[in-house]
Amino acid sequence: MTSMTINTGARAAAAASRRTSHKRRVRREGFVGWLFVLPAFLMYATFELLPLLMSIQYSFLRWDGIGPMTWVGLKNYATVLEVPSLFGTIINAFKLVVFFSFVPVALGLIVASVMRRVAAGRLGSLSRTVLFLPQIIPLVAAGIIWGWLLAMPGLFNQVLRLVGLGGAARAWLGDFDWALPAVGIIGIWVLLGFCTVLLETGMSKIDPSLYESARIDGSGWLREFFSITVPLLRQEIGVCLTVTVIAALSAFDIVYVTTAGGPGYATAVPGIQIYILAFTEQRIGTASALAVLLMALVIIVILPIQRLSREDRV
Amino acid sequence: MKIGRSEIFAGRAFLCALMLLTVMPFISIFMTALYPSGTMPSGFGWPEHMQWGNFVEAFKVANMAKLLASSVFIVIEVVPIALVISTMAAFAIGLLRIPGSRALLALFVLGLTLPFAGIIVPLYYLERRIGIYNTPLAIGLPLIGLYMPFAVFWMRAHFVGMSTEISEAARLDGATTWDLFWRIHLPLARAPISSLGILMSVWTWNQFLIALVLVEDPSRRTMAGALGAFQGHYATNVPLLCAGTILILVPTLLIFILFQRQIIAALLQGAVKG
Repeated sequence: MTSMTINTGARAAAAASRRTSHKRRVRREGFVGWLFVLPAFLMYATFELLPLLMSIQYSFLRWDGIGPMTWVGLKNYATVLEVPSLFGTIINAFKLVVFFSFVPVALGLIVASVMRRVAAGRLGSLSRTVLFLPQIIPLVAAGIIWGWLLAMPGLFNQVLRLVGLGGAARAWLGDFDWALPAVGIIGIWVLLGFCTVLLETGMSKIDPSLYESARIDGSGWLREFFSITVPLLRQEIGVCLTVTVIAALSAFDIVYVTTAGGPGYATAVPGIQIYILAFTEQRIGTASALAVLLMALVIIVILPIQRLSREDRV
Repeated sequence: MKIGRSEIFAGRAFLCALMLLTVMPFISIFMTALYPSGTMPSGFGWPEHMQWGNFVEAFKVANMAKLLASSVFIVIEVVPIALVISTMAAFAIGLLRIPGSRALLALFVLGLTLPFAGIIVPLYYLERRIGIYNTPLAIGLPLIGLYMPFAVFWMRAHFVGMSTEISEAARLDGATTWDLFWRIHLPLARAPISSLGILMSVWTWNQFLIALVLVEDPSRRTMAGALGAFQGHYATNVPLLCAGTILILVPTLLIFILFQRQIIAALLQGAVKG
């Protein structure tokens, strides 16, 4: 009887001490762990979070960058939403999403599945490398290269003349109707390889027995594509869409070197207008209001994509 | 598996056509770069007399030697520091799972979506205030901060997948948290770290907006930042512009050809692990 009590008591004490030591270890690990995060967090806070807060602050001010700051409330936001040359940049950004995002992802899916079916060996790795090439050069260089290709004497018009469509030849990037799609084509060229390689990597994860059993059932390429490949690649498609949508909404480099937003405001995107407002027109407040709207838009567009691509995973 | 001959042929032809479309722009500017400087080339085609001297001229007028040194310096300034601090943070968030790691991760992920254009204006005024605007640190320091979301996210994906058994065994042997990080998990993370390093080097090399706004002298920027200025000066001299563009592309292309196996292998390795 007594021995049993002692026994239970000792066991309880041992358990309790184990618990506290575990707790203490967790707490100590938490402290040391925080030290591990600190340097990264400080750099991030200084050069990204702080500027983010400053952007929000500036967006409520009228300021020329040197003189006194005047509080103007929501007036800058009203300006951005009312002035067509400013609000138009947001519309243009969404038009670019079609080119930068939808086309590369859709085409990338097709190219990647073709690669897997017919080019397992050397051709496959060669095409991965070649298609990836535009992704690693500076966007500025891509802009300059395509600026020349799409110019009046450039390759694009030459091909048109060759196939008898010479009448359609024009300076594509200087044309009010065609400048934006022309910028979009550059985006497709840049982003297709990235999407293809990423999707192809995802496809290599899919269990081949799924395809085998589908083939035994006699399903063709199209059926296989829509009932196995696309659903199982949800996560990779989500990553592709996220990256390319951000690239479209925050486009700057390509537009800056090819059209600088012109002709007129035909290719003006938020990034370009922020730059012009802040650094040539000295309207810091208006530039910041547009910047805040741009950042909010990106988040609003990205969240549903993330949610959709993550569903029934985990 | 059985795939029809005609499908193989059509598929391969499609891939070849696509590769041709991808490479054509490079070939076109290469040919254009060989036209006499200052003339207006007639589109796609070889010039009568190839002007290899254009590359020499472009090298001189773009101040390429200084520019190369500046770009290399900025990469060296950014990449090692960014790698170390992001790996440490990811280790704490993904493997130690310190209290508050979910919230921290969410905070870092928030930065993943922020376009640089959204914060470039305050970044300019911030740099003026703390005195690094237009200095050798003007591009590097903010880039380290701006890479953190992706870098931490990327490394966390590695650490989250690691089994905790190794860590627990080491703990029993009396290893400190630092030992655990430095002796065990850092060597194991070599593959994702090296791919991340390559990615960040290329991004730094290609960075345009940050360089354009934060450093005035084009030859003290990164490659891409200088190219923008070069285009401003020589927009009408198409052959020289093309020659300059090619020169600026050469280092990037060389690095890609050298490391492409590693990049693609790293991507595929990630796939195998998952």
